[in-house]
Amino acid sequence: MTDVVDGAALLLSLKLALLTVAILVPIGILAGRWLATGDFAARPLVEAIFALPLVLPPTVLGYYLLVALGGSSPLGRWYEAATGQSLVFTFDGLLVASVVFNLPFAIQPLQRAFEAIPEDLRHAASCCGLTTWQSLWRIELPLAWSGLLTAVVLTFAHTLGEFGVVLMVGGSIPGETKTVAIAIYDRVQGFDMAGAGWMSALLLALSIVAITVTYWTSSRQRRKHACAD
Amino acid sequence: MPAPTEGLFVELRQERPIPLAVTLDCGVGEVLALVGPSGSGKSTILRTVAGIYAPQHGRIDAGGETWLDTAAGLRRPAHRRSVGFVFQHYALFPHLTALDNVIQAMGHLPPGERRARALRLLERTNLAGLEARRPARLSGGQQQRVAVARALARDPKVLLLDEPFSAVDQVTREKLYEELAALRRDLGIPIVLVTHALDEASMLADRMCILHRGRTLQTDTPLAVATRPASPLVARLVGIKNIFEADVVGHDAERKVTHIRWFGAALQARHAPQFGPGARVAWSVPASHILLHRRDRPSRGERENPVAGEIVRCLPMGEMTAVALRAVRGQRADIFFSVPTHVAERNGLALGAAVSVSLLTEGIHLMPAAGA
Repeated sequence: MTDVVDGAALLLSLKLALLTVAILVPIGILAGRWLATGDFAARPLVEAIFALPLVLPPTVLGYYLLVALGGSSPLGRWYEAATGQSLVFTFDGLLVASVVFNLPFAIQPLQRAFEAIPEDLRHAASCCGLTTWQSLWRIELPLAWSGLLTAVVLTFAHTLGEFGVVLMVGGSIPGETKTVAIAIYDRVQGFDMAGAGWMSALLLALSIVAITVTYWTSSRQRRKHACAD
Repeated sequence: MPAPTEGLFVELRQERPIPLAVTLDCGVGEVLALVGPSGSGKSTILRTVAGIYAPQHGRIDAGGETWLDTAAGLRRPAHRRSVGFVFQHYALFPHLTALDNVIQAMGHLPPGERRARALRLLERTNLAGLEARRPARLSGGQQQRVAVARALARDPKVLLLDEPFSAVDQVTREKLYEELAALRRDLGIPIVLVTHALDEASMLADRMCILHRGRTLQTDTPLAVATRPASPLVARLVGIKNIFEADVVGHDAERKVTHIRWFGAALQARHAPQFGPGARVAWSVPASHILLHRRDRPSRGERENPVAGEIVRCLPMGEMTAVALRAVRGQRADIFFSVPTHVAERNGLALGAAVSVSLLTEGIHLMPAAGA
């Protein structure tokens, strides 16, 4: 008799989501600010590359990640030489894949939030003697924090729910790469509709809470600075 | 290389994206107004001084330091230039209180001193009691004062004001004019004020610099620019409507006048010996130097450059009436002036009426003709 909820898969999913968020937050802040404020010709191309995971079928993205992380790729060979284990079908490989397929979910909300900050505020910060880092920390991030929260929530929720890429890159190794989304699929395959239902309901509830929190905080921030202009 | 000036010296050259050919200076304790129409480059110059815009070629010295010298490959970043910048819409940090906005600009002071000094600055700009308010809960005038306090918090070597009075109502504006006039007495640093309002520049600035399409056309006192514009373009930009062309007939050095001929009429202008006889010149006369020959009160001044014509526009505007006099039939050489409305009524000024005026010699200023 199996448990109603696959606890190991759920824990693994939570661990993967938290680590993905931890890695993507600094990347999202830097890339989002760069895309929002940088003036360079290749920006549409860079934006398109970061947005690719939104439009590519997960199996296609999974295939390319499998090739890029596999033992015959430079990255895969380097990783194997350094750690003695393969990147594919391991948790580390899954984490790399998760970071890649969540790039748009982390970068885009932050980019929009940085774009919404009037350019004169950044200039005013410079004229106050603040360095770029001080301006980012003291002025821009507090004003972009609803974008940061959206990025965190979307990345977290999307990692919990991703299926195709995870299956392609990680397989379904219990305790190593079997996430809750794959566990749901396995339960349905095994005609355990009750277990699949409980786990699906859990993911649904988590997603509703996450998205509601995001909308609530962004509307609150909008109201707070409404008359600032 | 010359030693950097204690005041402000700016020289900028650029072809694109915004053409710039600018040379200006502003002494310690002086207020210099940059005046020009939209797109003349006023704000770009200010931003270049602050270091938030990088021109192709240029040199900027301020407070004994060189901030920009493209020839030497030197460009000090904005956060390392001691400037106080008041932005047009103030650019206050919306998530911080008035006090914290000011404290942000005090990175050069020990942390323990910042709060007390920020409070003193807010008190000096008449904001005592409002320290804990965020910008959204301050009026336009109060926001402007926070922006000034923040600009001064850095102990700047130059104060830059980008149309600081454009976003407040008239009553607040006049109050802020007085505050700025009082402030400049204590500051002892160069102050550069960008404005498109000539009256504002005349009231607040020691000198004004007239800009057009990124070029400095003339820098002088407001009175000198208004009465002795360097060119017909400057005259137009400072709002002089009476700009015409004429031929120089000769000079009378003893009486300090220059004789010119304008559509057959002989006029006497302020002495301008730099233009030889026969030269084509432009001339201007401000409305303040046009005297209506009044039926009710004839005066001796009527013999000075009398010009007769027909009124082609007569527009009462409150206490004053704007009048256009067509002095030469068939030519678009109208003389514009205004008279008190009661004078216009008493003298029967109306469309089509024949009147004469005197153009006071002292007000007729000769300039090189356009395109000369």
